[in-house]
Amino acid sequence: MLTISRELVDKIVAHARADHPDEACGVVAGPAGSDRPERFIPMENAERSPTFYRFDSMEQFRVWREMDERDEVPVVIYHSHTATEAYPSRTDISYASEPDAHYVLVSTASEDETPFRSYRIVDGVVTEEEVKIVESYG
Amino acid sequence: MAIEVRIPTILRSYTDGAKAVTAQGATLEELIGDLDSRHPGLKDRLVDESGLRRFVNVYLNDEDVRFLGGLGTPVADGDTVTVLPAVAGGAR
Repeated sequence: MLTISRELVDKIVAHARADHPDEACGVVAGPAGSDRPERFIPMENAERSPTFYRFDSMEQFRVWREMDERDEVPVVIYHSHTATEAYPSRTDISYASEPDAHYVLVSTASEDETPFRSYRIVDGVVTEEEVKIVESYG
Repeated sequence: MAIEVRIPTILRSYTDGAKAVTAQGATLEELIGDLDSRHPGLKDRLVDESGLRRFVNVYLNDEDVRFLGGLGTPVADGDTVTVLPAVAGGAR
């Protein structure tokens, strides 16, 4: 299960809406071992594409090093699908490289609603998980 | 001569869980060869017949080696090499 604050959900959805029709992507970092997403880090989609995303390699290097220095991990890795449902594609599955992360997908295909779903992707196997949205982590 | 190589979570099964290991070589290619002799199987995850795998990022100190000399990039004692899997995907 992914437990995430409403504020972070709103930020991820706003980023996806802002970049539509291109795919938006980013990370929410949290303390190592906590499984608690805390620090919102929108990333540039180096592909600037409606059907593909890739973190810019230098930005990723800086962000990953910063997380390392702060003893954080990428608790959530998110991206948007802009014309299809919020379910991992074959491409998403084959490139998934953080076995401990929650892979969040949002879909901006509809103007009226933005589905927000979360998955574990380990060794090519996708498992959808419940998303619990809380007002604060208390 | 020792060069520190930082290993991402997904490849730590090759290094007994270690976040960083050391290896030797005058170029990135030699370094990866030496790494593979100490941690068999690692090379295959980093390179294929055409060179560095497309969805693996390798950095020498603060630079992506793709902007340096790829596998031919010279490396030296005291350098740090960082491996990060690219974060990528999409609807396509």
